[in-house]
Amino acid sequence: MKSIKKFDYYILLEKITPLIAVIFALLVGAIVIMLIGEDPVFVYKTLFSNAIGNRDGWGNVLFRATPLIFTGLTVAFAFRCGLFNIGGEGQMYIGTFLATWVGFTFTNLPAFILIPLCIFAAAAGGALWAAVPGILKAKTGVHEVIVTIMMNWIAASLTFFLVLKFRATPNEAMVAAGVKQMIPHTSEIAEAARLPRLYNIFKFLNIDFPSYNQVNVSFFIAIAAAVLAYYILWKTNLGYEIRAVGYSPLAAEYGGISVGKNIILAMMISGAFAGLVGTNEVMGFKYRWRQELFTGLGFNGIAVALLGKNHPLGVVLSAILFGILNYGGAIVNIYTEGRIPRELIMVLQAVIVIFVVISDEVVKRLIRQRRKVV
Amino acid sequence: MFGDIFNAQFVASLIRVAIPLALAGLGGVFSEKSGVVNIGLEGMMLTGAFTAVAVTNFSQNPWVGVLAAILVGIFLGLIHAITCITFKANQIVSGVAINLFASGITVFFSWLLFGETQIMAKSNLPIWGLPVPNIGEGSTFIRNVIVMFANHSPLVYLTIIIFALSHLILYKTPFGLRLRSVGEYPQAADTMGVNIIKMRYIAVMTSGALAGLAGSFLSLEQAHFFVKEMSGGRGFIALAAMIFGKWTPLGTAGAALLFGFGEALAIRLQGVTAVPVQFINMVPYLLAIFVLVSAIGRATPPAASGIPYEKEIG
Repeated sequence: MKSIKKFDYYILLEKITPLIAVIFALLVGAIVIMLIGEDPVFVYKTLFSNAIGNRDGWGNVLFRATPLIFTGLTVAFAFRCGLFNIGGEGQMYIGTFLATWVGFTFTNLPAFILIPLCIFAAAAGGALWAAVPGILKAKTGVHEVIVTIMMNWIAASLTFFLVLKFRATPNEAMVAAGVKQMIPHTSEIAEAARLPRLYNIFKFLNIDFPSYNQVNVSFFIAIAAAVLAYYILWKTNLGYEIRAVGYSPLAAEYGGISVGKNIILAMMISGAFAGLVGTNEVMGFKYRWRQELFTGLGFNGIAVALLGKNHPLGVVLSAILFGILNYGGAIVNIYTEGRIPRELIMVLQAVIVIFVVISDEVVKRLIRQRRKVV
Repeated sequence: MFGDIFNAQFVASLIRVAIPLALAGLGGVFSEKSGVVNIGLEGMMLTGAFTAVAVTNFSQNPWVGVLAAILVGIFLGLIHAITCITFKANQIVSGVAINLFASGITVFFSWLLFGETQIMAKSNLPIWGLPVPNIGEGSTFIRNVIVMFANHSPLVYLTIIIFALSHLILYKTPFGLRLRSVGEYPQAADTMGVNIIKMRYIAVMTSGALAGLAGSFLSLEQAHFFVKEMSGGRGFIALAAMIFGKWTPLGTAGAALLFGFGEALAIRLQGVTAVPVQFINMVPYLLAIFVLVSAIGRATPPAASGIPYEKEIG
């Protein structure tokens, strides 16, 4: 009896490893803050009170969480099929660029056609880019990690080439200000392709909300994507097959499931989520493609998925947590006049990742040992 | 125009561009030969690049900077080793975390110590080699040979020595045989009394040291400054070089020179021709995928690469 009780305790421990990892990372952060000579209590109070203490803060948090939900789902969905998709960054680039291209090319279309078309383009671009490693894995067995890494950089070069091809000339205000060199970017997408900011909805509902807040309808698309991921994985035949391949490809094959087909489909759905980042970054925020070296969103998606235990709900929650840390970190940076650089948050995210994988592994081993004893 | 681009200076710059790729790629070879995938090379390189400049500026001695970069690389290798070997956690995740950590910590300390994200190196390594004769003095041939091969940073010669040594160590010594066996068939190596954990720790930390050295070359020698995210994917090109070189030191060196050729060419062609530089930049990544996929001369990684070692009990 006693041993069985202990066994349950470990199962509980396995469920809360992300929480432990976050607390541990915040402690590490506190030590670093003390070493710099600042007060960790003040820093964390500033961080959290500004991020989630008022509506404006929440808006900023959700705006930052939105792309992370997409990239987190990217990693989590592929992982359920036993695949490690670390190509979220590249898939996001291609999907976003394609959506932008549709947005500034088909400017005559009305919003009710153009917006769905742009969203579809974003998802399709990501899915196509992810299909390549999927097909290569299914047909030749090449490991998807290497291929997705390489395809990230190919995507960066490809979009760089495309942005120069579709480069917008500086507008009059810029020329007047003497701007000659600028970060290469495309023209703006049509008004009809833009997603409304949540401010408009709040105004309609007579709720006080700052008009400059950037959170937009893309957040709801992200939530819908999470629900869709859950639905596909646990409520459809396709999801059953994908998870079967993830548990054991050999057993799935023996059960009559096509491993190759499911690998390709899982990669494409996973990539589509990454492409949808464009709905937030371009359709809801910048309204144009601006060439930057990686934003890190794709890689942060790995951290988000790990922390969320590769479950859509977990992904949403951990994306929001990262949103809080990112926005709060930026505010702390301003409050302390740069004495606590915002990059501290990136370091903490890395600590969270390492600690989650280590504690997961340790708990898994404890459970396995316990099972042997029982 | 051909002669304008492909001259002695071009060869010299191609060698300089190839050095960090080669060193980090060799780091990848050591790690993967022992059975541990290291995609944290990029982050180790970036941290090395920052450390080299920061320590050089504080100590006024670039050699101390290079040494510090190597030590920091070893430290990050140790973290990777503890995570993947002792705790048997996922090697890809650990590598990604190291890259994330490096992006954060380098900028964090740039702000903290220097108040900006671009730091000039206050002191540089000397140039070793023969003096370059003036044009007209001596033969053009000798002049070109000196420009190409005998007028470089000490780290260039060091890299050549490191590669020769690595080849000898991996293929001509008992240590190398053990290291390779640990990555190919750890169960057998274990039965023969090879300490798998120890071998993998040594290999991963060596890998970190090489990536750190590669980073110091990037900041102290190529750029003479550190700027955030300056590794810019070279860690991943190094990974591609390792694959294209089929997990051997000499193959990796050859691949690094080939990719260095591409990068040096891209620099030269900027603004000169209509050839889109972006397509030249894609080549290393495309080649890496191609050799993995193509049936002829297919590249296969060490068999146990990426798999934590579990001792069979009972």
